[in-house]
Amino acid sequence: MKLKDLPDDNLFTAGHTACPGCGVAMSIRNAIRILGKDTVVYVPASCAVVFGATFPYGAWKVPFFHTAFENTGACLSGMQAAFEKKGKHATAVGFAGDGGTYDIGLQSMSGAAERNDDVIYICLDNEAYMNTGIQRSGGTPFGAWTTTTPVGTKIQGNRRFKKNLGDIVVAHDIPYYATLSVGHPLDFIRKVEKAKSIKGFRFLHMFTPCIPGWKMDPAKTVEVTKLAVESGMWTLYEVENGEKKITHKPAKMKRVKDYLMMQGRFRHMSPEDIKALQMWVCKKWNLHYKEKGAPEVCEIELPEEHHAVTEEHREMHGP
Amino acid sequence: MKKVITGNHAVAIGAKLCRAEVVPAYPITPQTLIIEHIADFVNDGEMDAKFLTMESEHSVMSAAAAASAAGARVFTATSSQGLAFMYEMLYATAPLRLPVVMVNANRTLTSPPGIWCEYNDSMGVRDSGWLQVYVEDNQEALDMVIQSYRIAEDKRVLLPIMPCLDGFVLTHTVEPVEVPQQEDVDSFLPPYTPDITLDPARPAMIGTFMPAEYIMEMRRQTVEAVESAKKVIGEINNEFAKSFGRDYGGLIDTYRMEDAEAALITIGTVTSTSREVVDELRREGKKVGLVKLRFFRPFPCEELKKVLSNVNAVGVVDRSISYHGGGPAFNEVCSALYGMSMPVVNHLAGIGGRDVTEKQIKTMFEITLKAARGEKVKEINWHNTRGETV
Repeated sequence: MKLKDLPDDNLFTAGHTACPGCGVAMSIRNAIRILGKDTVVYVPASCAVVFGATFPYGAWKVPFFHTAFENTGACLSGMQAAFEKKGKHATAVGFAGDGGTYDIGLQSMSGAAERNDDVIYICLDNEAYMNTGIQRSGGTPFGAWTTTTPVGTKIQGNRRFKKNLGDIVVAHDIPYYATLSVGHPLDFIRKVEKAKSIKGFRFLHMFTPCIPGWKMDPAKTVEVTKLAVESGMWTLYEVENGEKKITHKPAKMKRVKDYLMMQGRFRHMSPEDIKALQMWVCKKWNLHYKEKGAPEVCEIELPEEHHAVTEEHREMHGP
Repeated sequence: MKKVITGNHAVAIGAKLCRAEVVPAYPITPQTLIIEHIADFVNDGEMDAKFLTMESEHSVMSAAAAASAAGARVFTATSSQGLAFMYEMLYATAPLRLPVVMVNANRTLTSPPGIWCEYNDSMGVRDSGWLQVYVEDNQEALDMVIQSYRIAEDKRVLLPIMPCLDGFVLTHTVEPVEVPQQEDVDSFLPPYTPDITLDPARPAMIGTFMPAEYIMEMRRQTVEAVESAKKVIGEINNEFAKSFGRDYGGLIDTYRMEDAEAALITIGTVTSTSREVVDELRREGKKVGLVKLRFFRPFPCEELKKVLSNVNAVGVVDRSISYHGGGPAFNEVCSALYGMSMPVVNHLAGIGGRDVTEKQIKTMFEITLKAARGEKVKEINWHNTRGETV
């Protein structure tokens, strides 16, 4: 499917109440256009329930189900079992956040993955609990400010690196796992289409900027996402039946600092913390991109000066 | 056909006869044999259901709710800790009007850990919107699985229902059970045909976020459904009696209540032992009777008022404690009988799975008879315990 052939069904309609520039809403809208009308969605507790399904309004034109937070995998399995038993032509698709997948929903997701139930699990990763007002999740990157990893006088931001969810999911021996981004629409379309064509447990991991959570310009959702990929903070790849394939390799590695400086959640970071994150990214970069025998790529010039958080900045973006 | 089987086996046969379509399952003592029997039925081709081996009870109830919303007839079973783990999802299921049938094998809820019969698991979720019926023997366990689908799927009700059976006393004890013929069950229980499901041909949104402007109406609709279940339970009991020849009385059942001066209210297997005691005391000329409390939700307030209108005292046997003195059944009965003048006393027995003997039940009747004669008795009576007891 080409970009111009993307159906304009609007199965997730305008009029929902997501923030301007919301990466989650963009991802849902584009994914459901490709998945089509024979889709039944489960959305666990998240912004997506509030902005897309607050009674008496609803943005969904496909069947929608919601009950709780930690049960996306199980609800998909239950729905799909019913469809199969009743001979109904429908695919159960879950749209869960990073909190609902990395943390509270991990067990339920793991169950559905391990059983290889014939469903599509989509993780909309905006790297924190955004619906409850920006708290750290297992998907929060190193250094990031959240309300539970505040920038204090003693401890500044999240002290752990982002959990490697991809490897955990892939370890279930599922037919398809892929990472996607709204900044790479052709790659996005191809992967959703591919997931749709495969049988078994499919996991689409979408990188979805959150404007208030990341404290960024709502016009820059796509730009931030592209920079995430170019810096190595997000990697576009897929694993089909255990075979990993990089689907987009940036021509040149950009400094992680360039990515960080676009977002208020990182602007407090000390040169030491930026260096630590850069080292982590370099390691990840080599893991994903380095070809056998090639030298390790980490010739990135580290930031020389630390952009101190000014009072003016605090006012605009919080800590 | 008569079979000598355990309560768990009877329940599993019930689920098979009802043609449950999706069975999400997770093991927990003393329920495990139910799902094991169903797994056997499915793998032997005797039962055409999707059997899902979930990774927790929370996921069992999540899958059950989702499968039910997608239009399937759902069966599952749990116990104690498993039921507690489902707590969130029990409350999610009922107001969405999903007629899931889940058998609960009553078992002590930790702490302290134990595996024997106590009602503190199911009675703790009495406000979840689930209907609850407590059975007395393995025949009633099987029959109530069948009746439960009719009650739950009735368009006037549309609520999940939990048939409860005493852990081990029934789950692991064999009794002769009349197993109904498949064609008889088929004609009693038509296929489940919900009006609204998760169907791409007729898209609907189920479980939307609900602002304060609408939640109260939804609560009211749910309580109205619980109320209308009272009538439906009676109708279905009578229809079942006509088709299968076994009449359980509906919300409650009574024994020798005609001229009773003192009545004991019992739940589950204690009822059988109590019948023997009633006969014995009647032979001694004591005017005692028995009320078997079958349904805990809906709670049979009117029925109890009516049947107890002429007694001088009521004793309520509880196999669970509410930690503020009395047991849950006692509190519910007191509330139902509010405004009536007779004394109501609570008998706590069999908690944690301890045996409830004829001797204890006799003592319960004696205390209740004393109260009936106007003598002063303790309101809360612990039977057969160490320390201060009756």
